[in-house]
Amino acid sequence: MPRLSADKRHTVRFTLNGRAVAAEAEPRMLLTDVLRHDLGATGTHVGCEHGVCGACTIEIDGVPARSCLTLAVQADGATIRTVEGLAPEPGRLSVLQDSFRRHHALQCGFCTSGILMSLDVYLRHQSNPSDDELREFLGGHLCRCTGYVPILAAAMDAAKRLREAPADA
Amino acid sequence: MSVEASRWCGQSVERVEDAALLTGRGRFIDDLGIKPGTLHAAILRSPHPHARIVSIRTTAAAQAEGVAAVLTGADVTKLSASLVVGVKAPVACWPIAVDRVRYVGEPVAVVVAASRYLAEDALDLIEVDYEPLPAVIDPVAALDAAQPVLHDALRGNLASERRFRYGDPEHAFADAAHRISVSIRYPRNSCTPIETYGLVAEYDAGEDSYDVLANFMGPFSLHAVMARALKVPGNRFRLRTPPDSGGSFGVKQGVFPYIVLMGIAARVSGRPVKWVEDRLEHLAASVSATNRVTTLEAAVDADGRVRALAWDQLEDVGAHIRAPEPATLYRMHGNLTGAYDIRHVSVRNRVVLTNKTPTGLNRGFGGPQVYYALERLMQRIAVALNLEPVEVIRRNLIPSGAFPYRTATGALLDSGDYVKAFEIALKDGGFDELRERQAKARADGRVYGIGCVAAVEPSVSNMGYITTVLTPEERRKAGPKNGAQATATIALDPLGGVSVHVSSVPQGQGHRTVISQIVADELGLTPSDIRVVTELDTARDAWSIASGNYSSRFAAATGGAALLAAQKIKAKLVKIAVTQLNVGADDIEFAGGRVRARGNPDNAVPFSRLAATSHWSPGLVPTENQALRETAFWTPPELTAPTEADEINSSLCHGFIFDFCGVEIDRVTGAVRIDKYVTMHDCGRILHPGMTEGQVSGGFAHAVGAALYEEYAYDPDGNFLTGTFADYLVPTAMEVPAPVILHLETPSPFTPLGTKGVGEGNCMSTPACLANAVADALGLAEIDLPLTPAKIAAHLYGEERAPPTPQAAPAAGKGRVLHGSGEAQVSAAPDAVWRMLLEPKTLEAIIPGAHGVEKISDTHFRADVTLGVGPVTGRYKADIKLSDLDAPHAITLTGLVTGALGDARGSGRITLAPMPDGGTLVSYDYDAEIGGKVASIGGRLLDGAAKVVIKQFFAALVRHTGRTPEKKAGFFARLFGSGA
Amino acid sequence: MKPARFDYIRAADIAEAHAALADYGKDARVIAGGQTLLPMLSMRLVRPKAVVDIMHLPELREIAANGREVRIGASVRQAELLAWPTLDENLPLLKKALPWVGHAQTRSRGTVCGSVAHADPSAEIPLTLVALDGAIELSTRRGRRRVPANDFFVGMMSTDRADNELIEAVFIPTKKSDHGYAFQEFGRRHGDFAIVACAAVVSDKATRLAVGGVADRPTLRDFPALDGSALDEALDAFAWTLNARDDLHATARYRRELVRRMGRATIEEARRCRA
Repeated sequence: MPRLSADKRHTVRFTLNGRAVAAEAEPRMLLTDVLRHDLGATGTHVGCEHGVCGACTIEIDGVPARSCLTLAVQADGATIRTVEGLAPEPGRLSVLQDSFRRHHALQCGFCTSGILMSLDVYLRHQSNPSDDELREFLGGHLCRCTGYVPILAAAMDAAKRLREAPADA
Repeated sequence: MSVEASRWCGQSVERVEDAALLTGRGRFIDDLGIKPGTLHAAILRSPHPHARIVSIRTTAAAQAEGVAAVLTGADVTKLSASLVVGVKAPVACWPIAVDRVRYVGEPVAVVVAASRYLAEDALDLIEVDYEPLPAVIDPVAALDAAQPVLHDALRGNLASERRFRYGDPEHAFADAAHRISVSIRYPRNSCTPIETYGLVAEYDAGEDSYDVLANFMGPFSLHAVMARALKVPGNRFRLRTPPDSGGSFGVKQGVFPYIVLMGIAARVSGRPVKWVEDRLEHLAASVSATNRVTTLEAAVDADGRVRALAWDQLEDVGAHIRAPEPATLYRMHGNLTGAYDIRHVSVRNRVVLTNKTPTGLNRGFGGPQVYYALERLMQRIAVALNLEPVEVIRRNLIPSGAFPYRTATGALLDSGDYVKAFEIALKDGGFDELRERQAKARADGRVYGIGCVAAVEPSVSNMGYITTVLTPEERRKAGPKNGAQATATIALDPLGGVSVHVSSVPQGQGHRTVISQIVADELGLTPSDIRVVTELDTARDAWSIASGNYSSRFAAATGGAALLAAQKIKAKLVKIAVTQLNVGADDIEFAGGRVRARGNPDNAVPFSRLAATSHWSPGLVPTENQALRETAFWTPPELTAPTEADEINSSLCHGFIFDFCGVEIDRVTGAVRIDKYVTMHDCGRILHPGMTEGQVSGGFAHAVGAALYEEYAYDPDGNFLTGTFADYLVPTAMEVPAPVILHLETPSPFTPLGTKGVGEGNCMSTPACLANAVADALGLAEIDLPLTPAKIAAHLYGEERAPPTPQAAPAAGKGRVLHGSGEAQVSAAPDAVWRMLLEPKTLEAIIPGAHGVEKISDTHFRADVTLGVGPVTGRYKADIKLSDLDAPHAITLTGLVTGALGDARGSGRITLAPMPDGGTLVSYDYDAEIGGKVASIGGRLLDGAAKVVIKQFFAALVRHTGRTPEKKAGFFARLFGSGA
Repeated sequence: MKPARFDYIRAADIAEAHAALADYGKDARVIAGGQTLLPMLSMRLVRPKAVVDIMHLPELREIAANGREVRIGASVRQAELLAWPTLDENLPLLKKALPWVGHAQTRSRGTVCGSVAHADPSAEIPLTLVALDGAIELSTRRGRRRVPANDFFVGMMSTDRADNELIEAVFIPTKKSDHGYAFQEFGRRHGDFAIVACAAVVSDKATRLAVGGVADRPTLRDFPALDGSALDEALDAFAWTLNARDDLHATARYRRELVRRMGRATIEEARRCRA
């Protein structure tokens, strides 16, 4: 990318949930806005736009990232996964998603996408977390509905199910 | 509903809502498509807690790229009426500032533009001249006649005062063995849903009608308030809600003034207008719970029995009395005696206005404020009488078998066995073990306390309770208000499918799932056969003023209405089945997706076929039995208007809660660790245990936040300090332990399903329970929330020793005013320094980032300045005055800078003393104060940042007057060594 | 809450980054992980004319140890340093401090040098650099210089970096075998900005305590090998010199008390680590 001027839109290309996508964005545009309003991936939610609440967490190049703290132009060339890419196929949930449903680990569901994306990455690297480790990791997300108890239970259950049958992820 | 029919209710079935939410297919307001050409709004907000608006210049903004319209208070008052105010007071309440701002964050102007980005760009171009006024923040101070008045027509800040008397409190107090009281300052906080407000407003000039889609949660009594403000009949104000809403907890009631504001914006711009609140706007200016100052006194017998209570409540509703306030103060009016059998009560309720954000609904709604006082009082009684706190509770609980029980203030407690629930909780929750644990901890030298709380959790508000704020005479004039209509509609489609609509407007509570359970049970179907719609459209759906999702009314009221609607349509289906199955109505049963003859399951018809009959073969069905669509409205007769004696059954249902907990306090940091928390709930019949647990643990988390972390903080001058999630501290998974949740189920006799509310209880009980435990740990008589480590540590640390070197003492600070002083030697003589001080070009040189200093008079200058700390820079307008001139010895320099990031004012006295070498010793002493946006979002760094700017100023002064700094660090260390 | 307009320059090599910084001067902001810059952009607290992205410069991505010091390039993310296999043997203090930096979800993007550049007085990484006598490497088209951390942080969010300089790397001295290292922090919630953070480095001859969150920059004090009440006295004197102030989250007195108590606990922990 050469120098991108402030008042023009520029083509940004990246991989979104396995597909090549392109969008037009001014340098100042947040990745959240481009994902949601240009690419229609509205599953990623905006809760604070200053990186604290975690609702907008997505996976960028294999790590969890706040999409509100990312410029769309920074994402050029990146590989991005969002909540829309978690389910193995339409009508079927991933083990993690299903554990959330079983444990009533969501109420309004607004913070959920970010938590799922965080945990999806985390459980790939940490298949057997302790309660303390999991709490500390989830400390990067705010949920106002559940009181976190069922989220912790769902994450533990998902970790266990994934250890037993990792192919089901 | 018979027990054997309850195949689905009572089970934690998977939620129908979840598949979409877990895969990113939720339909929240900002996820929905908008019409081509829809504009986006951004709001300019007041940086001042209190100021007169001298002028607003919007021309540059109106001409900016993509801008369609700019609105100010003048435009809004032209096209709308004030929001109705709920007390008899000569005050208006507009959704935007009119001539005057009264709190930080109050809307001042609205820009509508092609995108939110462009709208915010244009906000930067609006220039507002304010004349700051003194602000009043403390509710007690606000009553003082010498304090600033917010609304001139009111003459003071007291908006309402009422006194109440029930039983014979004077006699009880006169006879009491003990009089024990507590004084409480309950802070401001909010449950801050993770999704903020959002709406899309449209105006149809041809029909003079508004159509607004908003994540509003009710109560829909506010529909009437909005329609009146928009000056249209109710049927020309169509209000719709999106299918999903990202949490509310009462807070999304507060979107309603913005619905009016953006309705006007759409009207002015001639195009639909979308507005999504950002988090900074939400924290500063959405809505919050009330802060309240309470004095509560009890008349207590020698054995700890409470004979009478005397309440004195001072409610701070912020800068406007915005509907439905002062409802927070009256929601608990029937429940001022809590879970106790107390027959004599006196009450003084006052509502006061201060320069803070207007208040509104918030989970617990009045309960946290009341129970904090009442349950701290019960703990104080135990301490005073040297009794175990649980024993004081036990002796005062409403006895078993006394239900329904009419409280002294008028509530009709529907059902319960408080003593039984209390005893079960002590036993199953392990209270004795906890006492042992505490004893062991204390023996080990640890700081450990135990708290307990009993509470009644009201649910299903009486729409008439708020009229208790009026005198009986005023109420007679206005006509009685009472009841709480719940609504459900059930429809059968031509394939026999069942659709249900309820006007409950959920924000994640799983209403669609529970309604499907209720209707499936009634019709012998499975929940997946039932499709439930919960979004509301006032132009098409059945609704009433009580519609919405608040006062924990869903399970009791909406669920009940759904049952009644199902029963209505079932009764008609039975009549059709009678003719098809040739058996009597009493012998028809609905089960397994079939309608069959009892005792002869082969004589059956599929439900779907029977349900389709009225579509395909209406000729076979008499008119009165056509089963197509039924709507049930349900309002409980127990919800009567306030009596002449001001008794009010403020809520229909009353759950019971008993909590106890153990907390340990870190001796070094003062941090509170919740070691164990037990919460017992009797919320009547439980329809979905998983969701009930979720409501309890979610409410508990909010309460942990309110007790230990959260406060909407203002400084004494009215600046708002908690404008980001880095300063408004919402607890995370690290801070919220798992409570032990216990249940007893005593069905309510007043609700169709025997259910009661459960969602708010812990917000009422838990803050007081944790505070009681902390008070127990530290032996404190008074303690206010939030229980911050610094506040607690003050009780752990002894007196601080004086500093070893006096000159290192930090500058004293009052409130957020920075004080500082310093001195430096310069080579120029005092006369020369003096002359320089009076020249514009000196100011240009010494004011950091000044451009174009304009001399208004010899002692008055204006300049544009660029000020900043590190990367945080902004352009400001500076107004500088020199006064108290004492040539060539001393001068006072007073500056006011204003800009998009906020404002700062400061005053410094500079003195010049001749030095033996011919130079001058320049000494200065300053006060400075910063407000506005930077105060709201950068409070943690603000003082340091201000010091940096002041340093820049004085360093430049010194440099300009002839001194060459040797080395940066040494120079600063010397210049500011006295600890500015 | 959307940023004002700016140009975006994705530098392909250091020369391009230098050129952009030279062109835009004080109107340029470097972006690496963006975890601090983005909120400031969105709140319009900063309004650069250009944002220079340095995350695609291969030469800045390296963590290199030479036995004497560790060089951490400007685009090394905090999580990458935390996951560096020899972190504990090289930089035990960083191993202890990094988990306190934000949350896993921000460490995954935020860089070590970005935290240094921002110079928040409560930040952990600047504190460890000061405690360990680390240094910052700055470069322009014309050359490079190395600034000791204690001179680099000059105040609240203010550093010795000139507008046209690029922070290329930080250097942190490797663990000394006879030293003990400890880190303690207290904030309202885990992951919050520190109310007080303490880093201690001790040897048999010297005791060093560096404190963050109190003064306008991380501040260190070298004590003689004191013990008992003499150490308390020294800590008390140090606590007073930090000019603590009241703010929303803590009082000045509370901060001083934490410096005394947590400072002592941190020193003692470091001594135990050495033993």
